[in-house]
Amino acid sequence: MTGLKVESLKKHFTIGGGFLGGKARTVRAVENVSLSVALGSCVGLVGESGCGKSTASRAILRLEEPTAGRVTFDGIDVASASPAQMRRLRQRMQFIFQDPYASLNSRRSIRKTLEEPLKVHGIGDPAERRDRAEAILSEVGLPQDAMDRFPHEFSGGQRQRIGIARALVLEPDLVVADEPVSALDVSVQAQILRLLDDLRDKRTLSFLFVSHDLGVIRHFCDTTCVMYLGHVVESGPTQEIMDDPAHPYTVLLRQSSPIPDPANRVDPPRIAGEIPSPANPPSGCPFHTRCPRAFAECRESMPAAKEIAPGRQVACHLF
Amino acid sequence: MTAVTETIPARKPNVLLQTLNRNRLSWVGIGLLALILLSAIFAPLLAPHDPLQQNILNRLEGPSPEFWLGTDSYGRDVLSRLLYGTRVSLLVGFLSVLIAMTVGSAIGIFAGYVGGMVDQLIMGLVDVMLSFPTLLLGLMVAAMLGASLENLIIAIAITETAPFVRIARAPTISAKRKEYVEAGRALGFSPLRIMGVHILPNILSDIVVVASLWMASAIRTEASLSFIGLGVQPPTPTWGGMIREGFENILSSWWLVVFPSLAILLTVLALNILGDALRDAIDPKLKGES
Repeated sequence: MTGLKVESLKKHFTIGGGFLGGKARTVRAVENVSLSVALGSCVGLVGESGCGKSTASRAILRLEEPTAGRVTFDGIDVASASPAQMRRLRQRMQFIFQDPYASLNSRRSIRKTLEEPLKVHGIGDPAERRDRAEAILSEVGLPQDAMDRFPHEFSGGQRQRIGIARALVLEPDLVVADEPVSALDVSVQAQILRLLDDLRDKRTLSFLFVSHDLGVIRHFCDTTCVMYLGHVVESGPTQEIMDDPAHPYTVLLRQSSPIPDPANRVDPPRIAGEIPSPANPPSGCPFHTRCPRAFAECRESMPAAKEIAPGRQVACHLF
Repeated sequence: MTAVTETIPARKPNVLLQTLNRNRLSWVGIGLLALILLSAIFAPLLAPHDPLQQNILNRLEGPSPEFWLGTDSYGRDVLSRLLYGTRVSLLVGFLSVLIAMTVGSAIGIFAGYVGGMVDQLIMGLVDVMLSFPTLLLGLMVAAMLGASLENLIIAIAITETAPFVRIARAPTISAKRKEYVEAGRALGFSPLRIMGVHILPNILSDIVVVASLWMASAIRTEASLSFIGLGVQPPTPTWGGMIREGFENILSSWWLVVFPSLAILLTVLALNILGDALRDAIDPKLKGES
């Protein structure tokens, strides 16, 4: 088994509690996420703000300790890996952050930012490390004179290129990208997406791509998982999910992201209310409070994931 | 390879220097401090007399062309003693704050980064330390260790460690949640590297600003401890010691107390101005508030 496999991942946070902290409450940010990213493929994780997709991506790389569930990479259990094993795994699994303004240390030059990972992992001598940093910098499309500058001297798009260079300098097999373009201007988004596309083709990278933007997911991902309130409610090949969404939530999401074509005019969907609080999730199916097709059963029990077509899973009582 | 059409913007001017420039008062503080520092370094050249040489014939003389600031009850020149006393004050102030800053920041960054029970335990101890008045704590430690220059430095360092733990911990907790720290973890950096190489430089400015304020406090504490006889022992001239010796004759010979007090006042004032100016320069949002 190669690649990343995530089974029933859970991540709960406790807020409050303790001395004078009031009653402790559990925020179920990630309740049930299962997915797999085969080597060389690109999986999208999509959902609206607050659905737990970012938390899930962080828990997968153990930037947050998962509460329960199993994450394996090439058969190695990530959650129970020893510090030494984890260091080796970290070399192979990298993260691209959403906010290019917060993800670079403003006091370190680009050279230091790019050479430090190599140094920490004991790769090469100083001359080799310099060469590799220079190679990766030009690979992400930045001039060599950027090397001795500091993050504040760059624009958002350039910073994101640096963030991508830092993630790739260790030559990982898997890159988890948490909304890598959503903090950027639309024109810059396209540049960065094209860069990621090029890099993926050149380097046989696997991607777990987290986004709230269906357009980006459609462009970039072979497989898509739709998340709602900590659950993966639907997963399958991107094309099929976009053309023929099954879960009522996916249908809604799909309609909220119109195609710019006057012949295909759609009514904006009338979705009621906000996403419920993960600190106080509804009973049964998490989506029943807003689902236009909910019935009694939906309030009672959580639907299990069913395979409705090859490689296509839906967690809904309608199927 | 994708072509990048945007150019990299030019380097931004140094904001710190700009803000310091805009604030005239800060230059008064810096100038005053430079003057004090120079008089400490060049005390042997500047002092008109030997600070230790007693001359019973000239005892308790007021300011005169020969003894600008008068003489004390042993006939020693007050100006010379004041200049030499600057050395002790600055040395104690600087070294004790350096020790307190190093130890306190290390503990504070550790507590903030590790969090949980360890953090609560450390902060509990810090609160206990902070609940003692600085002078009382210094007094206890100095009395325990015995009076000498080294012990005085250690005593003051101990009293000022707790505030630095607090000052280092708070920005560490906010830095810990920043994505560049998470990026370090994702890249497999050790916690020690993240704390020392990534968090420390980012919170150092917060710490240095406060250090200049605490140095003023250290100089005050040194003077107070010397005043009650727990500091550097006579005949080494110290400002606090001079005030104590002059105290007996305060009604007849005012210069014995007034000039060392002024020296303390000016030094503390200069350090406080510098601290405030540095804080304003680093955080322009606080400008105008004191």
